[in-house]
Amino acid sequence: MRFAVLIAAAAASFAVHAQPAAPLRIGSTLSLTGPLGPTSAIHKVAGDIYIDEVNRRGGLLGRKVEWALKDDQSRPELARTLYEQLVTVDRVDLLNGPYGTASILSAMGVAQRYNKILLHNSFGTPSLARYDLQFPTSGGSGDPENVWPGLVFDALASAPRPPRTIAIVTSKFPSLHFISVGAREAAKKRGLAEVLYLEWEFGNRDFGPIAGRVKDATPDFVWVGATGLDGVLLLDAMKKIEYLPPMHFYMFPAPGPMKKLPEARNALAFTTFEEHPPFTANPRAAEFIQAFHERGAKAGLPDTAVDLQASIAYSTWQVLEAAVNGARSFDDKALAQWLRRNQVDTIMGRLRWEGPFNYVMGQDLYKVKQLQEGKWVVVWPKEFAAPGAKLIAP
Amino acid sequence: MLPSATLLGQSVLSGVFAGALYGLLGLGLTLSWGLLRQINLAHFALVFLGAYLTYQLSSVAGVDPLLTLALVAPAFFVLGALLHWLLARFKVSPLNTLLVTFGFTVIIESLIQWIWSADFRRLESHYAGVKWKLGALFVPLPELLTLAIAAGLALSIWAMLRFTDLGRAMRATAEDAPIAAAFGVNEKLLALLLSGLCAALAAVAGACLALSHTLAPSQIYAWIGVVFAVVMIGGLGNPLGPLVAGIAIGVAEALTMAVTSPAWAPLVSFSLLIAVLLIRPDRF
Repeated sequence: MRFAVLIAAAAASFAVHAQPAAPLRIGSTLSLTGPLGPTSAIHKVAGDIYIDEVNRRGGLLGRKVEWALKDDQSRPELARTLYEQLVTVDRVDLLNGPYGTASILSAMGVAQRYNKILLHNSFGTPSLARYDLQFPTSGGSGDPENVWPGLVFDALASAPRPPRTIAIVTSKFPSLHFISVGAREAAKKRGLAEVLYLEWEFGNRDFGPIAGRVKDATPDFVWVGATGLDGVLLLDAMKKIEYLPPMHFYMFPAPGPMKKLPEARNALAFTTFEEHPPFTANPRAAEFIQAFHERGAKAGLPDTAVDLQASIAYSTWQVLEAAVNGARSFDDKALAQWLRRNQVDTIMGRLRWEGPFNYVMGQDLYKVKQLQEGKWVVVWPKEFAAPGAKLIAP
Repeated sequence: MLPSATLLGQSVLSGVFAGALYGLLGLGLTLSWGLLRQINLAHFALVFLGAYLTYQLSSVAGVDPLLTLALVAPAFFVLGALLHWLLARFKVSPLNTLLVTFGFTVIIESLIQWIWSADFRRLESHYAGVKWKLGALFVPLPELLTLAIAAGLALSIWAMLRFTDLGRAMRATAEDAPIAAAFGVNEKLLALLLSGLCAALAAVAGACLALSHTLAPSQIYAWIGVVFAVVMIGGLGNPLGPLVAGIAIGVAEALTMAVTSPAWAPLVSFSLLIAVLLIRPDRF
């Protein structure tokens, strides 16, 4: 009898140990619908690719990874509710950030309430990130209003005839506006004469008068603090009055539509990654590019090139994996501690978090790209420029 | 620095063109609001659905963008009549039409997003690159077409309402439906016709929108505020009103952008609306 009990206990114990570990559930929202939908679609494809990859490699610390993804409809207040659900109802193990400053801010509040680590990659106003366990993975600095204008003006200074006058026109979209204001200061310090400064409300429909004022001001260089469609609309309006600025920069344009506009030739913009060396020399990046082309086409993305959005999305997952493997833990505080003490190599470069509120001040991974012959190529800093590419300037 | 005469002239022209589109978008809305007592928010969604259909037929099937209306406008006429039948069948009150048609708007937006994705779509037509130079000013063809269509439709509908038996019957029904019915007016049929006409006008506005604007489903909501202001300032049920008010608002916005900060422009339409409400409250 005693022997039978022992056998049964041993069998039960074996059965328990033989059970596969429960999957690791990572929860996040993305703006799958609404105005931020096009960009979030890129983040979704990048995330799907990563989840498949990591599970092929056996998951994280032996646990398969599941992505509990919800649609916040581009509504920050809904993002807050959904993150609350992810923590309290879905009981996910870890959180990943949503897309866009306002939604990230909502998610950050929830993460703070439950002491969860939050990685995020599109938070435009670092001064608002005041939570210990939030970690930016966009490659941006803690002071983009200084670093980004400096980067653009450094690129312009490398032109054979650097611009001497500047027009700064900007949307009042919160995370763009303060960077454009920073550009005003930076331009003044570098001796660029400001011939025009204009602001418009986000959602402006008629760009004709703004285009007319830029044309009237005859600047050598136009800084456009625009995201999404605004840059395209301004270019459209400038085309209608037969004007094209000698040099022009758009902060975060919708890259696909802009690529198709002939009048956008030689436009400058920010990036963290483009599909050319030295970025593609990283084998993981090369694999990701191939997967993104295939999965992006299947998902109906109009542009399947890997650039800023796809690279920051994928890098975020790389950071999460590095933290889990480095800390050998899923504990939020242990992961945060590991990240603060370490650096992570991603497809867009090395990320670190040793500054105030996990930001690095004064430098970042951003580059300046230019639309040359219908293709975006990095032109600055020179060590990241596409082979043979240099800044095209009049 | 004072703006140049060219900048002011081009801004006025830009405002006229923007205002014509406001007027065209508001034309169907003012008729359904003023004559049918339905505040049809779905009108904006229908405009965008029409724009996407124009985009699809033109860029995929190669049909001339304006010729797509031969197919889209009649289809929308039927859709509009069906929408009205549904609202009448369930006796939806005027205020509740606002809520119900908002629901339709969300459904149509989701449908658009499902078919064409949330990304930007841009119609590349042979009209896009055509423009003329008038002294120092540029006159683009797509916007000029929009102005001509908006003016032509507004005048035709105004004449129809004023000079034809059908128009008189429509106005009489809006004024006092039971009395109109006593004189033999078929109120239900007229309402179906008018609702169909409003939806067909949405299709026309959609084609014009596709000619000159980049499309995204979320843009549906960007037009609601200003077009409502245009309709209210123009007078409910008055087909010429939205065009006149639209051009006034468009020009005022454009000049504001040319002379002061463009960020002030959105205040123009609602400041005008408040002024009209204060000066002529009996208008509504």
